[in-house]
Amino acid sequence: MFAYIIRRIFAAVILLLVVSAVTFAIFFLLPRFAGETADQLAAQYIGKNPSPEAIAAVKQNLGLDQPLYAQYWNFLKGLVSGAEYKFGPEPATCHVPCFGYSFKNHLEVWPELSKRIPITVSLAAGAAVLWLVSGVATGVVSALKPRSIFDRISMGVALAGVSLPVFFTGALLLTLFSYEWPILDNLQYVDFTDNPLMWARNLILPWISLAFLYSALYARLTRAGMLETMSEDYIRTARAKGLVERKVVTRHGLRAALTPIVTIFGMDLGLLLGGALITEQVFSLQGVGQFAVQAISDNDLPKILGVTLLAAFFIVACNLVVDLLYALVDPRVRLS
Amino acid sequence: MTELQKTTAAAAPGSAPSSDPFLSVRDLRIHFDTDDGLVRSVDGVSFDLHKGRTLGIVGESGSGKSVTSLGIMGLHRSKRARISGEIRLDGEDLITAGPDRVRQLRGRQMAMIFQDPLTAMHPYYTVGQQIVEAYRVHHPEANKKQARTRAIEMLDRVGIPQPDRRVDDYPHQFSGGMRQRAMIAMALVNDPSLLIADEPTTALDVTVQAQILDLIRDLQDEFGSAVIIITHDLGVVAELADDILVMYGGKCVERGPAETLFDAPEHPYTWGLLGSMPRLDRELQDRLVPVKGTPPSLINVPTGCAFHPRCPYAALTDGRSTGELPVLAEAAPGHFAACHLPADERHRIFAEEIAPRL
Repeated sequence: MFAYIIRRIFAAVILLLVVSAVTFAIFFLLPRFAGETADQLAAQYIGKNPSPEAIAAVKQNLGLDQPLYAQYWNFLKGLVSGAEYKFGPEPATCHVPCFGYSFKNHLEVWPELSKRIPITVSLAAGAAVLWLVSGVATGVVSALKPRSIFDRISMGVALAGVSLPVFFTGALLLTLFSYEWPILDNLQYVDFTDNPLMWARNLILPWISLAFLYSALYARLTRAGMLETMSEDYIRTARAKGLVERKVVTRHGLRAALTPIVTIFGMDLGLLLGGALITEQVFSLQGVGQFAVQAISDNDLPKILGVTLLAAFFIVACNLVVDLLYALVDPRVRLS
Repeated sequence: MTELQKTTAAAAPGSAPSSDPFLSVRDLRIHFDTDDGLVRSVDGVSFDLHKGRTLGIVGESGSGKSVTSLGIMGLHRSKRARISGEIRLDGEDLITAGPDRVRQLRGRQMAMIFQDPLTAMHPYYTVGQQIVEAYRVHHPEANKKQARTRAIEMLDRVGIPQPDRRVDDYPHQFSGGMRQRAMIAMALVNDPSLLIADEPTTALDVTVQAQILDLIRDLQDEFGSAVIIITHDLGVVAELADDILVMYGGKCVERGPAETLFDAPEHPYTWGLLGSMPRLDRELQDRLVPVKGTPPSLINVPTGCAFHPRCPYAALTDGRSTGELPVLAEAAPGHFAACHLPADERHRIFAEEIAPRL
């Protein structure tokens, strides 16, 4: 088991390195193929009508005059040990983890980015709890009484949920509950540590609209998984023991049906932590997703690179957790 | 037909003890309502089984063997299953008893061993946890430690080496034979009076098969329970069974004590089964003779004798086999067969044509 954990963590680190290399190449190698020079890149840090001396200075200070592999190496070094930039009147320290400087506002990328993380985490985690509970519960009940009225209605709603995008359901919820009946108006993000109640109140609408989409998916997944496991031989064995049906369903059926759900859940959560673009946009939440949208529309390379790596990190990390959980959930994984 | 079966069934098969049978099945019918029509999986089966005796139920796939056993266990949950007749376990009718009452009896009074122990055990729980669970369902007063001790004891009893360590293994860490032993331990943990083994050796290789059959026999001697062995393999019932019931198309076509059924089988279908069984105690034949044709549809069961389309002797019955349902008639003491062939004719055919080839 211990060796398994070590192996998984090692693989995750390698994966992150590969992702960072590919991302770096996309943002710094591809523009060169497209004909952009280091001068043009450096010019973006300066402003209008840059003097050749200023460009040369920035190039040297940011290491843009070095070959790409050296730049990548410096970038990695900055991530783990920080970096010093000397192009301003005073030398600036870029703290660990250093994702570089923004082209536009001349601020370090990471502090800007990390401010956004709690917002996105709040959004994703709350929605995840909602959709997991409602989705799995609906799926189980539907599977136990297939073709019943409950099954038909909930699967119909689920189909609608999968089909309706967040910018529709979100806007609908906002119209209803913030304008038509202003029960939940003035939705400002409040930090959990400041006021947990306001935090939840102001996030409930985004949670619901995001969870509606996912719980529909999870209900269908759970239903399919439960229908399959409930026809397994070991379910018959459990009944032959004389177990009450409730225990047959939960201890034997659901236990086995949950394994694939755990996998999908990890991936979905990882993806969301990298920014719930549409939900954040609809509800004006200043999360990681909005940061990404802003960075892209500003063509702010260091920011884009930073947010891409952060999203990749969340996905890799969530998958690592899933892998470890899997070993906990399915004993057959442990030994192989 | 029902009436005749009842009168004949009164004379319990085999040399049964005089006491009331522990399990008594009368005119059991299990039909399934499907989109294609009514499937008559079991259609009027009757038998008795006493404690300490073993009944072998033999037949091809789809002959209704497993459906019968699941019916006794009350494991047909589909709303489309229609069960009628009588199943008396120790005098109590299971068909009219409520589902919760049957659940209480399941695992306690009657237990079942399934065909493939790998799929029949839950992959996510240790063997010990699964045996403990089976024990504690019916012994809620037992704490975890007592139940675990009991599980280790049972694993030891069924011949698992180092049971105190293997109890914490998962089913996939057991070999096929050990898994089946663990299944048996799980079935016997509550000392059931009736044990149903549904093809207990089909998924195992031959050497392990023999060990498992020995184990079942030993345990039966020890616990004195009634055992039903369901199989398509006559070799298995030859090893174990006191009485044999041959099923075809959901009906019992022949029933009797094992010795007479093997030595003087009455029904052409039984002849076919015997002819398709490899025998080590006889001279090597050129090839085994399969029963020609395919098992009958249980929706459109052939008229008359369900076996007549495949029966090589159907022509000798003056057309009765295609139009008239044969009833179980006593051919020898305790030995019943449902066949239209006149008894003399049957004995002549068996002696002249069948016996030399077996």
